[in-house]
Amino acid sequence: MARELMVRMKKLTGIDNIYLSFMSAPGMLLIFVFSYFPMYGLIVAFKKYSFDTSILGSPWVGFSNFEFFLSSESFWPVIRNTLLLNLGSIVVTTFASIVMALLLYEITRPLLIKIYQTTLFFPFFLSWVVVSFASYAFLSENLGIFNSWLERLGFDTIGWYSERQYWPAILILASAWKNIGYGTLIYYASLLSIDKEYFEAAEIDGASRMRTVWFIALPFLYPILTILTLLSVGRIFYSDFGLFYFLPMQSGMLMPVTDVIDTYAYRTLRILGDFGMSSAVNFIQSVLGLVVIFAANHAARKIDQDSALF
Amino acid sequence: MTRGFQQRRTSSIANATLMCVCLLCIIPLLTIVTISFSNEKMLVSDGYRLIPQQLDFTAYKYILRNASVMIQAYKVTIFVTACGTIAGLLATSLLAYALTRSRFIFRKLFSFLVIFTLLFNGGLVPSYILVVNYLHLKDSLLALILPYLIGAMNVLILRTFFSQIPEAISESAKIDGASEWTIYWRIVFPLSKPALATIGLLILLVYWNDWWLSLLYIDSPKLLPLQLMLHRMMANIEFLRSNIGNLSGVNISQIPSESARMAMCVLAAAPMLIILPFFQKYFVRGLTLGSVKG
Repeated sequence: MARELMVRMKKLTGIDNIYLSFMSAPGMLLIFVFSYFPMYGLIVAFKKYSFDTSILGSPWVGFSNFEFFLSSESFWPVIRNTLLLNLGSIVVTTFASIVMALLLYEITRPLLIKIYQTTLFFPFFLSWVVVSFASYAFLSENLGIFNSWLERLGFDTIGWYSERQYWPAILILASAWKNIGYGTLIYYASLLSIDKEYFEAAEIDGASRMRTVWFIALPFLYPILTILTLLSVGRIFYSDFGLFYFLPMQSGMLMPVTDVIDTYAYRTLRILGDFGMSSAVNFIQSVLGLVVIFAANHAARKIDQDSALF
Repeated sequence: MTRGFQQRRTSSIANATLMCVCLLCIIPLLTIVTISFSNEKMLVSDGYRLIPQQLDFTAYKYILRNASVMIQAYKVTIFVTACGTIAGLLATSLLAYALTRSRFIFRKLFSFLVIFTLLFNGGLVPSYILVVNYLHLKDSLLALILPYLIGAMNVLILRTFFSQIPEAISESAKIDGASEWTIYWRIVFPLSKPALATIGLLILLVYWNDWWLSLLYIDSPKLLPLQLMLHRMMANIEFLRSNIGNLSGVNISQIPSESARMAMCVLAAAPMLIILPFFQKYFVRGLTLGSVKG
């Protein structure tokens, strides 16, 4: 009986496969067009592309696109900003999220937990455009809230959109502000999966609250912390475009500290219409991105077999 | 006794800190709302305030009376969000379902192709060339919909959800002669409503909040979605005056531009913020699953 069924099911696989192929077709087609075609399109970095030719039809130019970018004076600042600002955001956001998750874990009333979690989550649901309105309300030079506070306290007002030194901190804090709800959620979820008995046992043995957090809760967060950190380090060459594009209001004076690879590529493509240079930047970003994510994964596997992503 | 005291102390410290951080999270949002309800003259003379001196609905009245720009942008956003969410959910779930079927011959290959897009992508320039020069979608609503229909992460999350449905159910349907489509449509789809709600909301949020695709591909003012319209307003303060002023033929100097700008921002962000508390559990589930490996 069972065998007969098996045979019958095997016979069905031909038609099943046709059905399944048709069902996966729309999704796979979209993935091919919007993900795999652009991968092939990366070769424009080695070509002189213009709108009236196709990617294949445009002439090869070797590395000249790269020479332009590598020798331009934007090269180092852009790479430096991308790496440092991303690194700063990763550190601040991760630290703040873990602290928030640990604090949330101390709360016992379900209603309070829900209120805190929802409130921390609000910024995550706003677009950077909306956030830029809020930041403008605080930073605007004549009408802004910060400047009116400074004035009332008797200090000089600050030209927020023209003075560079504040922006690395502003950008990192804004990124942490927007992502803290998400981070807190993830770490809080893994704290919830810890067996309460560990804490009770430690308490009976007379461990202080700080020590239980340090020796029980944190080690439990370690695997998810590794995975999330590696995921973000693997994307360190990619920036949250909206943050760097909308918040500084494209103020030219701020660009030396706020311009990152993504905004630079966008500007060279859309404002200057320079395919060559932007495609070189784009190529470097894609390839370095791949290298970094493999390196991160390799590191993860070294540290802990289970933390590797793939 | 001491332990109880200690516990109460830690939890009050926790409460106080969380409350402060929560305040920091919503104050910027409340500021936008406050400004939108402020008197324009007072704004210009005193600057923005955290607490409004008096409630003033002029900005909203103004927008509602001269709503054509706003309504057009709303229409575009709603249309794109609705089409994108429905089509995206369908394509994502169909693909995710096929990837859970152990006898599907392309299962391994397709799974690899989906996961690989998380590791490597062509980036801005080739995608731009593709949409503009190969698909000819510049200034077309399709350019705002198609690129986000399928996200590898969503496929993987749904695949995880689907694979939790006991195989015995679909096997017994199979024995009764159900096709793969029937199993998907009559069994898996109805059984996974919470999972589909989760993914649907994630897709919805992406479409509603998107400005990126329109920044790249839309020049025509008629096709501007809400988010980009807001940005244009911020980038060019005069945008608001000239657009609304020209359309309705009012005296431009009377436009409450500072407060109206913030009021538009409130109207654009409100729908997502209103649904958040109600659907939070779905978001929470999707996002926690998305963080673990596929």
